Amino acid sequence: MRALGDLVRWLTDPVNWQGSHGIPVRVLEHIELSAISVVVALLIAMPIALYLGHTGRAGFVAINVANVGRALPSLALLAFGLVIAISLGLGLGFWPTVFALVPLAIPPILTNSYVAVREVDRDIVEAARGMGLSEGQILRSIEVPLGLPLMLAGIRTAAVNVVATATLGALVAGGALGRFIVDGLALQEYDQLMAGALLVALLAVATEVSFAALERATVPAGMRAIS
Amino acid sequence: MKRGNKLIGALVAVAVVASACGGTGSGGSTAGTSTATATPTASAVTRPDVIVGSTNFYEQITLGELYSQILEANGYKVTRKFNLGNREIVEPAIESGQIDVDAEYLATLLAFVDKNGTIAKPTTDPKATQIGLQKALDPKGLTVLDYAAATDQNGFVVTQATASSKSLKKLSDLAPIGNTLVLGGPPECPQRPFCQLGLKNTYGITFKDFKPLDSGGPLTIAALDGKQIDVGLLFTSDPSIVAKNFVLLDDDKHLQLADNIAPVVRNALLNKDDGTLARLLDSIGAKLTQAELNDMNKQVAVDKADSKAVAAAWLKKQGLIK
Repeated sequence: MRALGDLVRWLTDPVNWQGSHGIPVRVLEHIELSAISVVVALLIAMPIALYLGHTGRAGFVAINVANVGRALPSLALLAFGLVIAISLGLGLGFWPTVFALVPLAIPPILTNSYVAVREVDRDIVEAARGMGLSEGQILRSIEVPLGLPLMLAGIRTAAVNVVATATLGALVAGGALGRFIVDGLALQEYDQLMAGALLVALLAVATEVSFAALERATVPAGMRAIS
Repeated sequence: MKRGNKLIGALVAVAVVASACGGTGSGGSTAGTSTATATPTASAVTRPDVIVGSTNFYEQITLGELYSQILEANGYKVTRKFNLGNREIVEPAIESGQIDVDAEYLATLLAFVDKNGTIAKPTTDPKATQIGLQKALDPKGLTVLDYAAATDQNGFVVTQATASSKSLKKLSDLAPIGNTLVLGGPPECPQRPFCQLGLKNTYGITFKDFKPLDSGGPLTIAALDGKQIDVGLLFTSDPSIVAKNFVLLDDDKHLQLADNIAPVVRNALLNKDDGTLARLLDSIGAKLTQAELNDMNKQVAVDKADSKAVAAAWLKKQGLIK
């Protein structure tokens, strides 16, 4: 019970809400770090997923390769990213963490998007082709809109994973909410540590909820009746 | 505590410790057996056998080599037992006579042998700390010889560029410009008396910001190099100070506890000797400045030179052996 009291006291102390080390700054840093990691993963995974899904080629290979990303330990990637970032002069903290988070975000985006495009009813695609739509038009106006909910589900999984793992950045002198956890441990200030963990968990839940809302909002009108 | 941060040394040592420990049992009793029979008269030219020990990181191996080689050059038969482990292993080893000599750090050893500070407390003054340490070592039958100017303790460094553009030499130079500089160090630094808190209380330095990094490790070095911090906390004998051309700011108001390097010897060995051994070891301490130690550390830890050769070259350069 005392621990809970310490936690509440830490979270309600105005000192912890101010300045460059305060909670609002750390939350924004966390969102920025996570958003950039997911965007980089999207830029890499989406074109591959759409191409492979549309053509139906080499899908298994791509998905299995991407799944290796799930097996790579993020901590090792972080250390590796740190060495690369230092040698490229990108500094500590931010970019090494992005390097560790991107491989974590790619597999769910790639797998879901591939399956989303692949699973669109082939009769619809054939009908569109018969009506004279180009391959690009089929992808844009049929496969992507119909597959969108599944694609967004993949991005949601990726984003939640990234938000929860972005705490690692504090180990390589980054900012974000991991700072509270790492500093709390170093200082043996367990109220700070728990507050950091709680804030990360809340942010992950908020990410989950907002993506769920986004998914509902983007379902094509025609599909809403069915689902 | 701080030894645990010497990651490189620890990693290198892991491989070696097993073999070093394997050989520990055989020669361990040689020092104690002949105490009563050998009369330490001035005419006795027969030198007692010496076992030199060390803990498990590069600086300790080099210091062990320095002690070993100067003794060997003067007719002592030396057995090396290096890389034994941390202080928790080496200190009991010298107390029990498994080793006779090792290199120690005044304040840290005093805090180790007298944990509650009942006999003496380490201070920022090396002479006082040495006297206190000797009191604590007396009941253990150990003697601490003369300490060197070289230390291995918390130190604050800046890059060569920062030092020359802001003409920084000592920590008190930071006081007027601290509010334009960013300090980097372990996350606990802002609340530690020998880190940011001490800089504020002893020197009146208030920094613009603090960046949490690591305890004198690769992050701090990279952050200094990449100009993400202006002042970084490293250990005073860190090899990167030489390798990266960092400037170690002089602790002119004595914030840090005196962790000067000094040889610790068993009284049982000193009693068998005619005073030559103590004189030889003291002659090393007299020449071992911070710059000299850091240069040797850099050769061993960064350039991967053999500590045996580095020690021999240094002793020759100082005219201590031929």
